Amino acid sequence: MSELNIRNGGQLVSSETIDGEIAILNLGPTHPATHGVFQNVLKVDGERILEAEPTIGYIHRAFEKLAERRPYNQITPITDRLNYCSSPINNMGWHMTVEKLAGIEVSKRVDYMRVIIMELARIADHLVCNSVIGVDTGALTGFTYMFQERERIYEMFEAVCGARLTTNIGRIGGFERDFTDDFKHKLNDFLKTFPKRFDEFDSLITRNRIFMDRVIKAGPITAERALNYGFTGPNLRATGVDYDVRVMNPYSSYQDFDFIIPVGKDGDTYDRFMVRQHEIRESLSIIRQALDNMPAGKHYTEVPDYYLPPKDEVYKSMEALIYHFKIVMGETPIPAGEVYHAVEGGNGELGYYLISDGGRTPYRLHFRRPCFIYYQAYPEMIKGSLLSDAVLTMSSMNVIAGELDA
Amino acid sequence: MSNIGNQQVLDAMRQSFDADVLSASEPYGLLTIEVNPSRIIEVLEFLNKHQELQLNFLTDLCAVHYPDDAGREIAVVYHLHSMVHNIRVRLKAYLPIDKPEIASATAIYSAANWMERETYDFYGVKFLNHPDLRRILNMDSMDYFPLRKEYALEDETRNDKDDRFFGR
Repeated sequence: MSELNIRNGGQLVSSETIDGEIAILNLGPTHPATHGVFQNVLKVDGERILEAEPTIGYIHRAFEKLAERRPYNQITPITDRLNYCSSPINNMGWHMTVEKLAGIEVSKRVDYMRVIIMELARIADHLVCNSVIGVDTGALTGFTYMFQERERIYEMFEAVCGARLTTNIGRIGGFERDFTDDFKHKLNDFLKTFPKRFDEFDSLITRNRIFMDRVIKAGPITAERALNYGFTGPNLRATGVDYDVRVMNPYSSYQDFDFIIPVGKDGDTYDRFMVRQHEIRESLSIIRQALDNMPAGKHYTEVPDYYLPPKDEVYKSMEALIYHFKIVMGETPIPAGEVYHAVEGGNGELGYYLISDGGRTPYRLHFRRPCFIYYQAYPEMIKGSLLSDAVLTMSSMNVIAGELDA
Repeated sequence: MSNIGNQQVLDAMRQSFDADVLSASEPYGLLTIEVNPSRIIEVLEFLNKHQELQLNFLTDLCAVHYPDDAGREIAVVYHLHSMVHNIRVRLKAYLPIDKPEIASATAIYSAANWMERETYDFYGVKFLNHPDLRRILNMDSMDYFPLRKEYALEDETRNDKDDRFFGR
């Protein structure tokens, strides 16, 4: 017999005696509640978690090593597979990193087009996360409706680049093609009908008594601990820290847009859920602003050394053929140097630390993967809580296995 | 906004660590300071606790391998961020490949735990006083450090991707 003190953010909530019948429980590596391949060895007394030991790396694909042998434009598909719920943000983060290194200034129109795509990706990312929190509390209905909306976002990606999940969208210097009429039609339709359906989801879940009882005070973390653990993104904002890369280090003309950063207070599952709910609305507003103020111009910047020329020109013109060949062979003039560029990914600050020695491939590329860094707080967050709360905490942290393991 | 910038950080560092600030530069506007690896914990502690600078967020920690740089082959790179003043600082500490040891930052930043495990996993950097320095992404039985440059990614007889053939 021993005492177990249950704490909520350092504050003692209750003490109970544990009867000494401690069991070891494997949550994962493949388990429907982990939403990805990672394992947690839990030490439990009945339903109460005493200790957790996460093991990760099950889908490690050595991206950092791969990147050292790939020309810059061939690294974009690797970034797709980090946080695959919002691949376009990763893609554009990478493009912007290379542009920063090479000193390329893209046009305002490209910036605005990127903002639209990135915010759509953020909505898709948050929809997955929030509707899955619903599923884990037993509310499957919202999930089925929101996945229809996510499907529409994927159709839009398809209209822009031909791919849906691992998008490889955009190029260094801009987009491979301009927004098509099909895309614009789909986007306008989405902006018209999505808010209403999202409101329905909101009214189904957010103030639902059962849902609130399940998620409030589940898996809390204080702002101090969250910062010490390197939290970023919605998880950090749920603790009350208003850090958002889009505002603090604006990229892609985010300074032109008017939006608020929602913050929570307690850093628990409900706050994380609410922060994402509000961010979806803010993202919609950003997309509307970008559409309304879309500058005229081309969908790419004149950087022939980096941007693949249009295909029909490659067949007809000598210069285009030369540039096409040079880019495909990885012969782009990249200066030596090192650069860190961060974007606000779906689940936090996604950073690229790129060292170039002037060669055709990066000398070193390190991905700052937000969920790799904040997932290590998980054992601390679920210690003393119930098993069912641990599952909720995990889904509300938006841990994406692809990003976790790189 | 505040008037604290890169210069203030560098001045404060020079004042407190004098000769242990080995070099400083500003590639792409990001202050990069090379420090003496034996004093890395004092530096991190100093920047973390500094009342004005408040460089108390560890954004990233990783390593780089420079096989040709004798005696300082492994660079451990820290990215710090001050959310109050919105300044980022990059700290570098170079270690020799035959004794890649540096003190662990886990006592200051909980976030450093897995980042250091990852760095150990891929570069073999031994973080002294780390609570649990095991491999994290690769399997435990692995007996080499895969991101070091001596492990070529592809078949070394292939030369179609060699820089020499592109005039470099």
